[in-house]
Amino acid sequence: MSDVLIVAEHRRGEIRDVSYELVTAGRELADATGGDLHLAVVSGDVDEFATRLNLDGVDAIHTVDYGEEFNHDVYAQATCALVDDIDPQFVLMPNSVNGLDYAPAVANRLDLPLVSDAVGMTFDGGLTVTREMYGSKVETTIEVDAERATVTIRGGEWKATDADGDADIAAFDFAPDESAINSTVTGFEEVAGGDVDIADADVLVSVGRGIEDEENIELVEELADALGATLSSSRPIVDNGWLPKNRQVGQSGKVVTPKVYIAVGISGAVQHVAGMKGSETIVAINTDPNAPIFDIADYGVVGDLFEVVPELIDEFQ
Amino acid sequence: MKVLVTVKEVAEVEDDFEIADLDVDPRYLEYDLNEWDEYAVESAVQLAEAADEEVEVVSVTIGPERSEETIRMALAKGVDRAVRVWDDDIEAAEFLDVASKVRLLEAVVAEEDPDIVLSGVQAHDTGFGATGVALADAIGFEWGAVVNALDIEGVLNDGVARVHRELEGGIEELTEIDLPAVLTIQTGINEPRYASLRGIRQAQSKEIAPKTLSDLGLDFSAVESELFLTDMYEPETESDATYFEGDAGEQAAALASALREKGVGAE
Repeated sequence: MSDVLIVAEHRRGEIRDVSYELVTAGRELADATGGDLHLAVVSGDVDEFATRLNLDGVDAIHTVDYGEEFNHDVYAQATCALVDDIDPQFVLMPNSVNGLDYAPAVANRLDLPLVSDAVGMTFDGGLTVTREMYGSKVETTIEVDAERATVTIRGGEWKATDADGDADIAAFDFAPDESAINSTVTGFEEVAGGDVDIADADVLVSVGRGIEDEENIELVEELADALGATLSSSRPIVDNGWLPKNRQVGQSGKVVTPKVYIAVGISGAVQHVAGMKGSETIVAINTDPNAPIFDIADYGVVGDLFEVVPELIDEFQ
Repeated sequence: MKVLVTVKEVAEVEDDFEIADLDVDPRYLEYDLNEWDEYAVESAVQLAEAADEEVEVVSVTIGPERSEETIRMALAKGVDRAVRVWDDDIEAAEFLDVASKVRLLEAVVAEEDPDIVLSGVQAHDTGFGATGVALADAIGFEWGAVVNALDIEGVLNDGVARVHRELEGGIEELTEIDLPAVLTIQTGINEPRYASLRGIRQAQSKEIAPKTLSDLGLDFSAVESELFLTDMYEPETESDATYFEGDAGEQAAALASALREKGVGAE
């Protein structure tokens, strides 16, 4: 009852980073509850995945050898079956696109509360979760007034566990109700192709919501030209159709690591930061001094981009 | 055919704000239609427009009377009528968690009996990103989360939602989902229309049906959450950036020399 179950994530044969972070989060929580840490691997090459996820702090690994790729019906059924068997106090899943495709169903089916997008967790007789609200403007503390709960954790918030472990690996006896599998993954598509690969650029000028209007894109194009840089953007610019999808930096776009990244009118939502925080030097130009982009910037200009950018273009012409 | 689309009025926080008790001081909040729901509404209206048969688009909102302004925006864009769930017990609820919202929406689904439910991926304010999928499981619908392409013909003619799900890292998953289903709609899936003047006029006479817990056959226990928000604070800023001060020209000059040091503009 004091155990913790984590469900690993993989895609197209690769274990996703958040799986290693789940081990860390799960171990911390299991230490606090005094329970064991169980790890579930569902679908794909489960034996290979189990070997690689046999990490320090994991007590038991359960493999569910059914199907190849992620299917939410299979994951929901398998997770619920494992919970029946293991009787964990807490179930931790990734707050990824796929995690959010089955974790809410698991919570509903087991009649357990769900706290999603956790960035911190403590247990002191009861579970307390830290999570953000209002687009990362505030942090909140959520106390869970239930003995058991499900949580999805945000990627990149816990350190990855790398050290080898010596967990027991066992195949979990599971046969899904196939009549309840009513969705089929038919393929994958890479969407960021096209004329330019922003991941190859040494210098990126990246434009965000602060540019306000499609016709103002020209201004940042001019800046990129003056600097010999490539133009990229945050999500809203692509959503609006002002730049093509292959220009998008972030969780759902490209991950970039240029020598210099110049964020123009980008607030720095977590999904964007995930795609550019590895840049060598980060410059932020934004009117809002509290914009989260400044937390990771090396150089900051608090000011109106419509005043600063033209001056900057002049400097380089 | 009937499409139910969830519409939430969300609060957006101004750049500078204060926290009062356990929420942002309302003086610093602006209310608007949740960005993701705008795209869900557009998908719903496009479904209705593409159909030969009559397709009714009904929106459902959990929100106080103030949210009717936001609901009117959805009505002006082509939603046929709206349901708004609220009463004193909901108002008094400390924290509407996913399970609470699902209990309310489940009751509305039972009344409306839709063929497909569209919701936004998440709400801008609370950002749980879970209500749509949890609702699907509760009402026995299939589902797909984070849908950024939807084949409307398949929904209308084949009883299948052929979708793209936007995974991380520029990868989309192609999935076929049997109807009835709940789809959570990602921003960028379409171009949400602006309401026309005619639409705005028509919206004034469209129905927004208020529903209380008892109207839905529920009582206060439906909004008893096991989650409690016990603290809210501004995250500590960890910035160790070098800031350039002065007017725009001075800032640009200082930034330019920093950039040149990094080899920018050298060619």
